Amino acid sequence: MSEAQEYVPSVIKAEELNPKFKYEMSKKHGAEKIMLCFQCGTCTADCPISRFSDFYRPRKIARMMQLGLKDRLLSDEALWLCSSCFTCVDHCPQGVEIAGIVRVLRNLSVKENRIMPLVYRELASNLLKGGYVYEIVESRHKKRAELGLPPLPKPNLEEIAKIFEITGSSKMLENVKTFEKVKS
Amino acid sequence: MPKYLIFLGCVIPYRLSSYEISARKVLEKLDVELVEMPTFNCCGYPMDAINHELMLTLAARNLCVAEKENLNILALCNGCFCSLNETNKMLKEDKKLREEVNGHLKAIGMEFKGTIEVKHLAHVLAEDVGFDKIKDAVKKPLTNLSVAQHSGCHILRPAKYVGHGDDPENPTLLKNLIRLTGAQCLDYMDESACCGNPIIGVNEEVPFQMAKEKLDHIRAVKAQALITACPFCHMMFDMNQPRIERAFNEKFGIPVLHYPQLLGLAMGFSPDELGLGELRVKPTELLNQIQGGKS
Repeated sequence: MSEAQEYVPSVIKAEELNPKFKYEMSKKHGAEKIMLCFQCGTCTADCPISRFSDFYRPRKIARMMQLGLKDRLLSDEALWLCSSCFTCVDHCPQGVEIAGIVRVLRNLSVKENRIMPLVYRELASNLLKGGYVYEIVESRHKKRAELGLPPLPKPNLEEIAKIFEITGSSKMLENVKTFEKVKS
Repeated sequence: MPKYLIFLGCVIPYRLSSYEISARKVLEKLDVELVEMPTFNCCGYPMDAINHELMLTLAARNLCVAEKENLNILALCNGCFCSLNETNKMLKEDKKLREEVNGHLKAIGMEFKGTIEVKHLAHVLAEDVGFDKIKDAVKKPLTNLSVAQHSGCHILRPAKYVGHGDDPENPTLLKNLIRLTGAQCLDYMDESACCGNPIIGVNEEVPFQMAKEKLDHIRAVKAQALITACPFCHMMFDMNQPRIERAFNEKFGIPVLHYPQLLGLAMGFSPDELGLGELRVKPTELLNQIQGGKS
């Protein structure tokens, strides 16, 4: 679908713009080159998600970050449609890591207790409980033995919990609001 | 003799042991020694969306474990390869980032030093084992077979971190590995496009359309099977194929094999030994052809 047909939110008001936002963001790993984006749109043109979604447009996300439209960016669930295929990163003529920018914004959304898809809470909770992001039930372990596969390596749950603590992840995951599905 | 720490990741032990079984079988025969991780945690990849620092530290912990064993890592999963390899390279190159992550690792008595390398199964086969040795190990060349490949994003992109010389616009690594089995590997439209699986937890419509389009292109060139090197891509095309067929009222019936399953068949292993029974789309016709054909 062309950009002309995409969902257009209400008109941007001047007071929504935050010129400092791009400088804050450009200090984050992955978003360093946000100022170099000159809006050519290669990222959106080559994005496999944009091809099938009416809402996800990486070019627009980059522009909104430059303009400092933080609330709009972080409240838009479409931010969670990126599949991290990195086509945009490889194709950007300015070397802007678009997928990195999306990741920085997602991280910010979680850090500021805004929104996050429910599935991440489930994955994180499994990881804390068993070291794997999926629950490996007892019958799986037995099946491995039957198939002649070696026992699975054991997790060090104490260390994993500590990594969650020191990176501030435990608190973030407690307070962020979750939603289940993203409209495309 | 190449020796590696095998990194299984989470999804393979959870529901794709056929990939692990077939990989271990062919690697053993090709004299690659595998050592199990003495301690394990998720590679960190799924956590990158919620906290980048968490991803880096989880990945770095695994790298530190490998450094202590003084062994390079062999990853079967593209996602694990992506986070472990990228973190390894970023921490080696970026002093500031390394100090930050080492600050976190101190709390668990570890330190990243940057002494090992991370490779995907396809890299180990092409670089450590080598094409000649694989060719010699092929006892039943699959000469009558025409297949297509799907390398998966994270052994192709971002090119600056992946390394190993493959071209993300026209990938040839997996193709060349497939050709060693005697099978033909066909070109098709948008070969290096994403399968869509990474967002299936938040939206099914888009990934289904992405995978359906790929299956369309693969069917158009009359490939008898699709060959993958990533458990997530495999799930998208195999486990989800019947659901995609229902959603679009189409019939594909394209079997999806893990690369080591294809190689294993050519090396003379039986379908049972390679876990082919676990595939959702049954490769019955394909196996009949291999067993009854000139091979």
